[in-house]
Amino acid sequence: MNMKEHLSKTYMWLDERLDLTSLFHFIEKKTVPVHRSSIWYYFGGVSLFFFIIQVCTGILLLFYYKGSADLAFESIQFIMSKVEFGWLIRSIHAWAANLFILSVFIHMFSVYFEKSYRRPRELTWISGVFLFFLTLFFGFSGYLLPWNKLAFFATKVGTDIAGNVPIIGEALKGFLRGGDDVTGATLSRFFGFHVALFPGIFTIILVIHLIMVQRQGMSEPIESEPEAAKAKQKAMPFFPNFMLRDMLLWLIVLNVLAILAVFFPAELGQKADAFSSAPAGIKPEWYFLFMFQTLKYIPAKLFFVDGEILGILLFGLAGLLWIIVPFWDKKSSHGLRNRKMNYLGLAAVLFIIILTILGWVS
Amino acid sequence: MNNNLQSRRSFIGSILTIGLTGFAGSIIYPVIKYLIPPKQREVEVSNVSAGNLKDMANNSYKIVRFGNKPVILIRTEKGDLKAMSAQCTHLDCTVQYKKSEGVIWCACHNGKYDLNGRNISGPPPRPLEPYLVQLKGDEIIISRKA
Repeated sequence: MNMKEHLSKTYMWLDERLDLTSLFHFIEKKTVPVHRSSIWYYFGGVSLFFFIIQVCTGILLLFYYKGSADLAFESIQFIMSKVEFGWLIRSIHAWAANLFILSVFIHMFSVYFEKSYRRPRELTWISGVFLFFLTLFFGFSGYLLPWNKLAFFATKVGTDIAGNVPIIGEALKGFLRGGDDVTGATLSRFFGFHVALFPGIFTIILVIHLIMVQRQGMSEPIESEPEAAKAKQKAMPFFPNFMLRDMLLWLIVLNVLAILAVFFPAELGQKADAFSSAPAGIKPEWYFLFMFQTLKYIPAKLFFVDGEILGILLFGLAGLLWIIVPFWDKKSSHGLRNRKMNYLGLAAVLFIIILTILGWVS
Repeated sequence: MNNNLQSRRSFIGSILTIGLTGFAGSIIYPVIKYLIPPKQREVEVSNVSAGNLKDMANNSYKIVRFGNKPVILIRTEKGDLKAMSAQCTHLDCTVQYKKSEGVIWCACHNGKYDLNGRNISGPPPRPLEPYLVQLKGDEIIISRKA
């Protein structure tokens, strides 16, 4: 028996048990619409690619990282100075985290502006927004793990913000910190969140998100829907046409990531010290800057309400409205164009960009 | 007969519901209890030594460990000693003394306090908790205000 016969026999054996033919049939039939906004389809895939990179490099870091207040900082120092290519693995993990969040931002806003959340894809949108929040939680929890000064104070501020949530705030703060203050207990918890809890939840929601995308197919812009027949003509097969393009983009992204990681390696800073002042110029990671800057502008008291509580309520409300976008944008769900949503989205993007820049330069 | 069967079904249904709820509760309750951190007794400190007066120049500051909490000790330009909680009342960052402006400053959100700990600008909603400073010879002693 030659190789080909062996392979075909193995395939038949597997097919009999797993019904692979219908799966291949599905892949064969899957198409991706081609129109002027098709480029945005790629960012979901790019986000997925970054997630895979984070899982791989995260597992590698786990071989040497030690999640305790006495050893965390030193273990990262060890990874970066003694372990061969340790600096590269950590640098890729740190850079990919930033690019992951950027790519998720782009993916989410492109879905928003294309109104792809409209009926029947409401649940895909909601699962996507949850993935976005989890991505931010990943960033927040991972930031503390090197146990350096910046991370220590960022976590103090972040968990204190959680403590201002009405009613459950204090309990939530205690739960996050593992006590009254940010200590080694907080580090242990964040380590657990970052490497076990969040990846588990993220994977489940991601699988649901992807299954929904596969079952419903790619969303198309509202304009082209009346010309359904025409749109159908303008579609490319997912396999191999779209997938090859996807792969090419992943390769480019991997190169960009490698360049950033090699030429701008992640820094470690100074070890956290609970009895030192917060250093001047302290800032959170760029993806939290707009919220950080907003908190700076809100006065201590506004209409008898503490400024920080007001900030939390406003951001909480905005987050909630963001989750349920498909339910209050009824017009798009009926296939009608809704310019108000564009203006609203544009205002949100401008708000985020302007406050991020202000936070960056101040 | 039918009625009998119906009531037997609903009886078994409710027994099952109660049983399953109890079962779920017996799993969830210990998990929630486990996740709430145990209350650690705070180290009871009434006063701490903050070093020698001679080692502290005028117009300087240091952060002193008071039990589990940081306290800021400032020697003003005139040589007076002031001590207060170093935890910013806004979002818990540790403050510092900004010599150039003669104020206590929180680098996290640009909150400022005067040298008596009163919040004077930025987002802090309350003043810093004051501590008592005394001299025992040349030794600086910080204690809680009664």
